[in-house]
Amino acid sequence: MGVIELTDATWDEEVKGSDVPVLIDFWAPWCGPCRMIAPILEDLAEEHGDALKVGKLNVDEHSERARSFNVTSIPFCIVVKDGEVVAEMTGAHPRSKFDEVLAQIL
Amino acid sequence: MSTSDDVRNVTIIGSGPGGLTAAIYTARATLEPLVIEGEPSSTSDQPGGQLMLTTDVENFPGFPDGITGPELMAGFRAQAVRFGAEILTAKVSRVDLTTWPFELWVGTTDGDPTYRSRSVIVATGASSLMLGLPAEQRLLGHGLSTCATCDGFFFRDQDICVVGGGDSALEEALFLSRFARTVTVIHRRDTLRASKIMQARAFDNPKIEFLWNTVVADLLGEERLTAVITADVATGEQTTRPFTGIFVAIGHRPNTGLFAGQLELHDNGYLRTFDDRSHTSVEGVFACGDVQDDWYRQAITAAGSGCMAAIDAERWLEAKGH
Repeated sequence: MGVIELTDATWDEEVKGSDVPVLIDFWAPWCGPCRMIAPILEDLAEEHGDALKVGKLNVDEHSERARSFNVTSIPFCIVVKDGEVVAEMTGAHPRSKFDEVLAQIL
Repeated sequence: MSTSDDVRNVTIIGSGPGGLTAAIYTARATLEPLVIEGEPSSTSDQPGGQLMLTTDVENFPGFPDGITGPELMAGFRAQAVRFGAEILTAKVSRVDLTTWPFELWVGTTDGDPTYRSRSVIVATGASSLMLGLPAEQRLLGHGLSTCATCDGFFFRDQDICVVGGGDSALEEALFLSRFARTVTVIHRRDTLRASKIMQARAFDNPKIEFLWNTVVADLLGEERLTAVITADVATGEQTTRPFTGIFVAIGHRPNTGLFAGQLELHDNGYLRTFDDRSHTSVEGVFACGDVQDDWYRQAITAAGSGCMAAIDAERWLEAKGH
């Protein structure tokens, strides 16, 4: 399915209205650690296919949503399932950490 | 030169300017280096090293207009890959330097080693020190940040602080002043360690203030940082200051944990190299970059020492008949 670009405008439809869990990465182009985890998110989107939606939200362009989560550090990842936040990860983490978090949810 | 499938000629641990320069040189020498680059994290111990958390690099020669840290490191990496370096995104979990070829484990530390290598270049760098306050865990990512470049944007029009008195602290303060209303530099001494040019810029910046002879005693706030309690070094007197952001730049610790008991260290914990070269206390193991440099700690000196380690490793392997 690939990684979807989320915006403040598409959030409700793509995240809240999703039938499957959504992993969201809050990122910005100037953030080095965000670049480090970008390939992990792409791999996860590929490998989990229809079981997981993976999206990224550029906090520079869409700050409203970031503010609503009290985000003051990026990368910041959350997993939303049935409209609820079920996991949060602050900072960059290795692939194994993502696998561990997703294993509890999927 | 001979290569076999299960014994590498050169394994480089770490991928900052030191490790990747060693990779470029050993790759061009057709030694087919393996670079075990580390794993993503936001602690300054990560692929690309400390520059991944910095903004404009203005003192790396060849970039008259400056370049961002992540861009510079992407360039180093691409250059190493172009000449055939193999890069593995993982952390070394254990090394055995008492046998030869040397043995390295990635992932589990039990069982057979993941790699065996005739030479090893240690380029594990240094990690940022934190304040060591219990509140740090709770507020990391909610007002406390380890990466000014990443997070400065979130502190637009706020009053925030930077702890430290070196170049890194002032670089962060100057960067953060683009966003914040005020940036207060909290320093435990009454003079700065930072370079003259950075001091001049910081003193000239109307948004930057200084709290001298002061340390951080505690951080307040449950969901988000709401205030910082500072203490006067001389009197111990505490003051609550309503900072909503805090950036810590109080120095570094060399990443030598993997080599405890196997490689000789200086008294201050940095890896010891010998004879003005890159040799460590174990023949065939070389070191470069900040893990062995407590004095210069620059991207360019790390890169220079990476070149030294590569040439030393190449000559050593040649003398060994490989």
